[in-house]
Amino acid sequence: MRYIRPLSIEDAVGELAKAVGPAAILAGGSDLLVRMKGGFIEPELIVDIKRIGGLGDITETADGFRIGAAVPCAVLGENKAVRKAWPGVVEAANLIGSKQVQGRCTITGNLCNASPAADSVPALVAAGAKAVVAGPSGKRTIAVETVPTGPGRTSLAKGEIIEAILLDKRPEHAGDAYLRFIPRTEMDIAVVSAGVNLTLDDHGAIKTARVALGAAAPTVLLVEEAGQVLVGSKLDEATLERLAKICSGACRPIDDKRGTIEFRRKVAGVLAQRAAAIAYKRAGGK
Amino acid sequence: MNFDPRFSGRQFASVGTRPIRPDGIDKVTGRARYGADFNMAGQLVGRVLRSPHAHAVIKSIDTSKAEKLAGVKAVITAKDLPDLTDGDAAMYDILDNCMARKKALYDGHAVAAVAAIDARIARQALKLIEVEYEVLPHVTDVDEAAHHHAPLINDQVFTEGLEEKPAKPSNITKRTQFGHGDVHKGFAEADFVVERSFKTEQTHQGYIEPHACVASVNADGTADLWVCTQGHFVYRQHCAQLLGLEASKLRVTSSEIGGGFGGKTHVWAEPVALALSRKAGRPVKLVMTRDEVFRASGPTSATSIDVKIGARKDGTITAAEATLRYSSGPYAGSWAEIGAMTAFACYKLENVKTVGYEVLVNRPKTAAYRAPSAPMAAFAVESAVDELAKEIGMDAVDFRIKNAAQEGTRASYGPVYGPIGIGPTLEAVKHHPHMKAPLKENQGRGMACGFWFNFGGQTCTDLNIGMDGSVSLAVGTVDVGGSRASLSLVAAEELGIDYSHVKAIVADTSSLGYNDMTDGSRGTFSSSMATISAARNAIKILRERAAQMWDVPVDDVHWEKGHAIAKGEKYGNLSPLSLKDIAAKSGTTGGPIAGHSELVADGAGVSFATHICDVEVDPETGSTRVIRYTVVQDAGKAVHPTYVEGQYQGGAAQGIGWALNEEYIYGKDGRLQNAGFLDYRIPVCSDLPMIDTQILEIPNPNHPYGVRGVGETSIVPPLAAIANAVSNAVGVRMTHIPMSPPRILAALDAEREG
Repeated sequence: MRYIRPLSIEDAVGELAKAVGPAAILAGGSDLLVRMKGGFIEPELIVDIKRIGGLGDITETADGFRIGAAVPCAVLGENKAVRKAWPGVVEAANLIGSKQVQGRCTITGNLCNASPAADSVPALVAAGAKAVVAGPSGKRTIAVETVPTGPGRTSLAKGEIIEAILLDKRPEHAGDAYLRFIPRTEMDIAVVSAGVNLTLDDHGAIKTARVALGAAAPTVLLVEEAGQVLVGSKLDEATLERLAKICSGACRPIDDKRGTIEFRRKVAGVLAQRAAAIAYKRAGGK
Repeated sequence: MNFDPRFSGRQFASVGTRPIRPDGIDKVTGRARYGADFNMAGQLVGRVLRSPHAHAVIKSIDTSKAEKLAGVKAVITAKDLPDLTDGDAAMYDILDNCMARKKALYDGHAVAAVAAIDARIARQALKLIEVEYEVLPHVTDVDEAAHHHAPLINDQVFTEGLEEKPAKPSNITKRTQFGHGDVHKGFAEADFVVERSFKTEQTHQGYIEPHACVASVNADGTADLWVCTQGHFVYRQHCAQLLGLEASKLRVTSSEIGGGFGGKTHVWAEPVALALSRKAGRPVKLVMTRDEVFRASGPTSATSIDVKIGARKDGTITAAEATLRYSSGPYAGSWAEIGAMTAFACYKLENVKTVGYEVLVNRPKTAAYRAPSAPMAAFAVESAVDELAKEIGMDAVDFRIKNAAQEGTRASYGPVYGPIGIGPTLEAVKHHPHMKAPLKENQGRGMACGFWFNFGGQTCTDLNIGMDGSVSLAVGTVDVGGSRASLSLVAAEELGIDYSHVKAIVADTSSLGYNDMTDGSRGTFSSSMATISAARNAIKILRERAAQMWDVPVDDVHWEKGHAIAKGEKYGNLSPLSLKDIAAKSGTTGGPIAGHSELVADGAGVSFATHICDVEVDPETGSTRVIRYTVVQDAGKAVHPTYVEGQYQGGAAQGIGWALNEEYIYGKDGRLQNAGFLDYRIPVCSDLPMIDTQILEIPNPNHPYGVRGVGETSIVPPLAAIANAVSNAVGVRMTHIPMSPPRILAALDAEREG
């Protein structure tokens, strides 16, 4: 096994592109090291990206925020500006693992691990976040929901690295929220989860809405119909009922050790309702 | 030496205080040596190859490639552990469980092992071992396994305990029955009858420290074993027998223990490590991974229990009956039998009958887990008792008080009780402020009782007095829950000296006579009895030495508050001699002063507890939070109250996990799906409320200080108390443990759809 710590994204991409055997990218390592220790993967090359300039920074741009791929979730949680603009994304990032894990793990890693139960991903999808991908043929920016393609699989090509996640600047009257169901209070993995992102018009009616579900299908689901049903409403009872029904219907869950199909369907709807209510309140809705 | 173990109502100076434990600093600074912290020069790393199949014939094992790998020093299979059990069926099962002989009987069953110079080579070597399996149909569910169509796990098993030997083999190894009176007559007299069936899933003890040992077998037939265990003397006996060693030539030293809860009363890895060391000619360290701990050690039984209880309008129970099916893994056990004995032990019953069935399944061999078998039986019985109280229209506590066993009651499992604590715990609960605290929406309160036998057993202790007057106490019961502190308090009490002058250690198997293990809540009960006996023997010598120093008859020398006192008017001018004074002169008055004790600690008093629990259930998700919890339990006498409270809280915490989320989940392929702490959901700290405790002290007449065991009873009531609380919160009777959110939500949906 070879471990390298390149100083530039170009070097990292170059090493990954020419790697012969299985290669892995190391940021926080909270998924990678566990899987290596468990004997599930034996990479021949590990590329540690933490020394690459800029990857450990959160920068505020004219368009919003750029969160480097090596920014630990705990650092993200301490950033007041991001917390104010995107509280749902930050609370999702700060639910991953334990306090100790949050000191290492990153939202980019959470996205690239491609677990349908990843906590930060439904919140990022609801937020309309983008990923900046660096690769052998240059850079491109893609919607985060296009990254995972199935459990443990991504759309990234050989040699490609996500170097940052982009979040938009917030208009007035905007709010997001993320909720997950776990049987315990912490240190667990979502049985099912929901992220909701809303903007309101001047009268308090919902202008735009995005709803995403986690652990409800092989990848995190963006439920466009659920967003549409919210638009124009002030989250009245009937709208919430329809939201739950649409979310439950959109699920394609499985029975496994963490929950049943029936449970996931039902609770997906419940969590979407509750997350929508929180997001609405955060956006200033009454 | 005559030792009188009877209770004498003495005033205590040390017992009942709360000093700091002697092992505390080492444990909080990381200096304490646990099983995996021991190392030897030249030691090898041992690893075990395990069956991926729930049930399969082992057709062949080819180890030749693994043996040729550079760095591999030994590869063993069952052939390297020849059968020396000489017709002892229980020992044969232990041997077969350590290393599968003909068939792999569960996912995780050991089939081969290697010793190599490092972990990487050991892992590679495992991959080079070729095992040819013939996969057989399997069964993991207790009810399915008990069915006559189920795949047979052992075709030589014919149910014992039936009137006639059955013609066909089955997975039911044994039927047992307890009770008295006539239940048919009793049910005929009942105005109300509740009849229900219950299930509980399999749980693991969940000790934080995995099994670990270092084994070193020498060419001369002697051997050493350093191991994390609850009973190093028992491990010595078992390992010596399985390996063909003389017991006295195998020295077993117990490490600090990071939890056992019954799970470290059974050998798994140790005979394998010894066999590897014997073959390799070098020490071998074998540490189980968490995955291995779940798949191949522990767990407790999964159960299926039917209960029927009848009562008159006035609240008198007229008859009680239960049929209990307990899984025992792929080997015979007596787990249902214990469940059948404990099920109705809290109550005074004229007509009672319990029947237990031991059921083989393709799961790991069932191991003891804290009051083994009692929590599941209590869950079923106490749920039905609650329901019956409701039907009659009586308060759940009053109904239990009316039917509680008392001194002189004939227990449902046979014996007649002495002074017991069930009534007092119920009275304490009735008047506890917790019972009157208001509840909010979606909240419910439950309570339940629990019983455990407690055990005494063989015990051997040495007490040595140094020339500086300090005391070293060597005991043979592993310190699982703070017993070195408790036993030091007892030695200080009996000798009349300060706790700080006593240092207790757990001696190895070559330093003391045989001790049963720390199980059955016996550690402090039995070793304190032996410590008192040893101290009294030392006091006799101290008196003799004082008599010699004074040149007076020994009969005139008494021992009071740590001093020899010459009694009689003519000795008026003699100042008392302290233990320290006498010890300082011991070199010239006859040499070292010591007290020894070997005894069978009989009369472990039975133990009762009553718990109260408040929960809040989210009706939309089925999520349950325990918001308040109170344990009331009889300790006989709490030697070190902090550690008694710790035992009460620990049992409740484990019970909460079991009741709400912990369970072994098997796939259709018979493989364990959740062999890790991520998906085997033990409660984390933030899941638990502060667990309130109340210690009652109803002295055990068979112990000098009135001590009863306290370690196990606290896990007996929680399943039932929480089930009663959840049922009261949601208005639906919950009959399947754990009450995980999907189960609660499914039960609520079924009720809504009605």
